[in-house]
Amino acid sequence: MTVEFWAFLFRWLHVLSGVMWIGLLWYFNFVQIPNMGKIPDEQKPAISKVIAPAALFWFRWGAMATIITGLILAALNDYLWNALALGLAGSMKGAHITAIGFGMWLGAIMWFNVWFIIWPNQKRALGLVEADADTKKKSARIAMLTSRLNTMLSIPMLFAMVSAQNPVAYG
Amino acid sequence: MKNPLESLPNTIGLGIVLTIVLVILVKAIN
Repeated sequence: MTVEFWAFLFRWLHVLSGVMWIGLLWYFNFVQIPNMGKIPDEQKPAISKVIAPAALFWFRWGAMATIITGLILAALNDYLWNALALGLAGSMKGAHITAIGFGMWLGAIMWFNVWFIIWPNQKRALGLVEADADTKKKSARIAMLTSRLNTMLSIPMLFAMVSAQNPVAYG
Repeated sequence: MKNPLESLPNTIGLGIVLTIVLVILVKAIN
C-alpha cells in the first residue's frame, strides 16, 4: 500500500466524520435551537432527554474522529507542521499551505469548543449532571453561544479546507 | 447589549465576513 492510498483513505474518513460533526452542529443551530420555543412544555423532554443527548453523542465523537483523521491525513501528506505554521515557516510555502493551515487551526479551535465548552455545559443544561436552576440557565446560554460561534467558524473553516484542494483558486 | 451570535442570520453574516478577511490575509501572506 502506498502513502497515497493511505492519504486517500484518511481523507475519506476525515470527510465522513466531518459531515457527521458539522451536520449535527448545523442541526442544532438551524433546526433544534430555533424551534424549541414552538414546542409545548410537556413535549420538550422528548428533545432534551432523548434527541439532544443522542445527537450530542454523535456530535462530540464525530468531532474527535474528524480531528484525529485530519491530523493523520496532514502527517501522511507531509504538511502537518508547515500547515500549522501557516506556511510562514518551514520547507513548504504557498497559498494552499496557508489556507489548509487556517482551516486546521479553525477546526482545532472548534474541536476544543466542543469538548471543553459545549459538552460540559450541555451536561449541566440537559440535567445529565446535577446543577441548580440558575447554573442550568447559564450553562445553556454558554453552550448555545459557543455552538453559534462554531457555526460561524465552520463557514471560513470549510472555505479554507476546500479551497486548499484547488490551489488555482488562489492564483 | 445582545450578543450578535444570538441571531442565526448574524452568525452566518459574521462567518462570511470572517471568510473574506481570511482570504485577504492568505493573499497578503503569500
